Amino acid sequence: MSRRLASALGNLLLIAAAVATVLPFVYMIAVSLAAQGTVYEGSLLPSPSLSAARDNYAFALTQVPLLRYMLNGAVVCGAILVLQVLIAAPAGYALAKLPFFGRPVLFAAVVLGLMIPMQVPAIPLYVAIAHLGLLNSYTALVAPFVVSVFGIFLFRQFFASYPDEVLDAARLDGFSEFAIVWRLMLPAAWPAVAAFATISVIAHWNDLYWPLVVVTRADMMTPPLGLAAFRASGESVGNVGALMAGGVMVTAPLVVGFVFAQRHLIRGLTLAAGK
Amino acid sequence: MPPTCRWSPDVATASLPAGGLAALRGDDATGGRSRRRAGLALAAPAAALMLVLLFAPSSLVLALSLTDYQFGMPGMAWVGLDNYAAMLADPNIRRSLANTFLYVAVVAPASIFLALLLALLIEAQGRLRGLFRAVFFLPVTATLVAMATAWEVLLHPTFGLVNALLSMLGFEKVRFLSDPDVALWSLAVIGVWKLVGYNILLFVAGLATIPRDLYEAAAVDGADDGWGRFTLVTWPMLGPVTLFVAVVTLIRSFSEFETVAVLTLGGPNNATAMILYTLYEQAFRFFDIGLASALAVAFLGFVAGVSILKVWFFDGRVHYV
Repeated sequence: MSRRLASALGNLLLIAAAVATVLPFVYMIAVSLAAQGTVYEGSLLPSPSLSAARDNYAFALTQVPLLRYMLNGAVVCGAILVLQVLIAAPAGYALAKLPFFGRPVLFAAVVLGLMIPMQVPAIPLYVAIAHLGLLNSYTALVAPFVVSVFGIFLFRQFFASYPDEVLDAARLDGFSEFAIVWRLMLPAAWPAVAAFATISVIAHWNDLYWPLVVVTRADMMTPPLGLAAFRASGESVGNVGALMAGGVMVTAPLVVGFVFAQRHLIRGLTLAAGK
Repeated sequence: MPPTCRWSPDVATASLPAGGLAALRGDDATGGRSRRRAGLALAAPAAALMLVLLFAPSSLVLALSLTDYQFGMPGMAWVGLDNYAAMLADPNIRRSLANTFLYVAVVAPASIFLALLLALLIEAQGRLRGLFRAVFFLPVTATLVAMATAWEVLLHPTFGLVNALLSMLGFEKVRFLSDPDVALWSLAVIGVWKLVGYNILLFVAGLATIPRDLYEAAAVDGADDGWGRFTLVTWPMLGPVTLFVAVVTLIRSFSEFETVAVLTLGGPNNATAMILYTLYEQAFRFFDIGLASALAVAFLGFVAGVSILKVWFFDGRVHYV
């Protein structure tokens, strides 16, 4: 009897927590589909209307202008990810499989680097970028993140378990070490690449701190910064529907993508947990 | 070894004992040297960029925290520990540090224990397990800036859904984000909402690694109720995952920035200012790089301290288990 009661209480808690978790998503979508006037009528969820939804999303895309912000976000995330993999994968391979001068020092530096939050080097990096006249540029948004110590660590762990015999065979076959990285290791490491890509894109698509520091011009803003700027502007006060429409569009790519990338994300996080 | 092996590696891997290849790999003088060079060349870009983008600027922050450097002003002077003294004397910064510790003290334990409880409840579910997982993982990837604005509409002082529910139940409406006594707690709720999903994800992954037969063994020992299974098997087996979750949650709650920067700007009356927002303001609004650097050092001290504690604890386990 008491076990049944405990189980019922557990299910009740689970359902309550699930409702609280989806509530902001549901409300955001509902408000984005409703006319401005109906949002504050005191009903629990505003009723949707097709014309209001069209107005809200059109305003967010063109006037906010979210389309531009999402394009910036895609360019920045893509550039960061490609450069991170290009730089971290060879370093991870070298740390895992090649003897070279300074290897223990470099590995210690990677482990040490994992502990340094980005906001610490950000101060001198900002001063340097400002002196170089690079504020409000893609370079400023991308440059601090091109080397990922987490990526190096992840690739090193993954490559370490790769059989040496296969590497030796490739060397005998005339593969250079560079060819081994790009033609042998990286294709074999695609689960690690996918896991790393998921984590990197989530982090940089959602980041507010660094774009807020180096970008002031509207045409260079990333989605979270653009959304925050629209919210802070007087315009959003009378246009909550457009603000929520913007939120839906900024959040949708990753939340939908997560459904497909769930496995990679969980593997990435578990690999990270094993460090 | 037959000479043809040199030119047909497929045959070599298939037919040679590992020792033969290992000899080829390790002690060939020219091969070793070329691989040493290749290692250096492959690691060099990452090493150089880590120096320029991570270690040099971080060391510079340590140095700048001892100066009165203001961005945009000519010249600077050594001021010793003045910035650290100012940090502890300034009532606004002290308030910000106190807020941060209160926020961490509430958000971290709440999001860890709630996540553990929910992860156990999810795993006990039958067919609905996948649905619950998907629901709780939603906030993990969601853009916090967007979700914070959604929370703001939910928590609106007069029209928000939460206040509508409160007045239906006969309570007075609450100014969740503008009442100085409530605002930090409102941000804490949003913080827990965000972190619980991530922690559930880690706990669920951890629960999946516990071998089934441990539970059978525990049942043989008489631990066949839920609590017995939990204390005898689940909790000890989840130890490393829990430690990792604790470290990540402490660091992430200490680093809260978005909700403050988007919803409250640290107000009202500094009631919701936290270390990262104060650091941001000092560095990039007031351009007081010296003071901001001192705050950055304090921030680094906390984050690195928690990380080192984890490493130390894990090493301890390796020795004693």
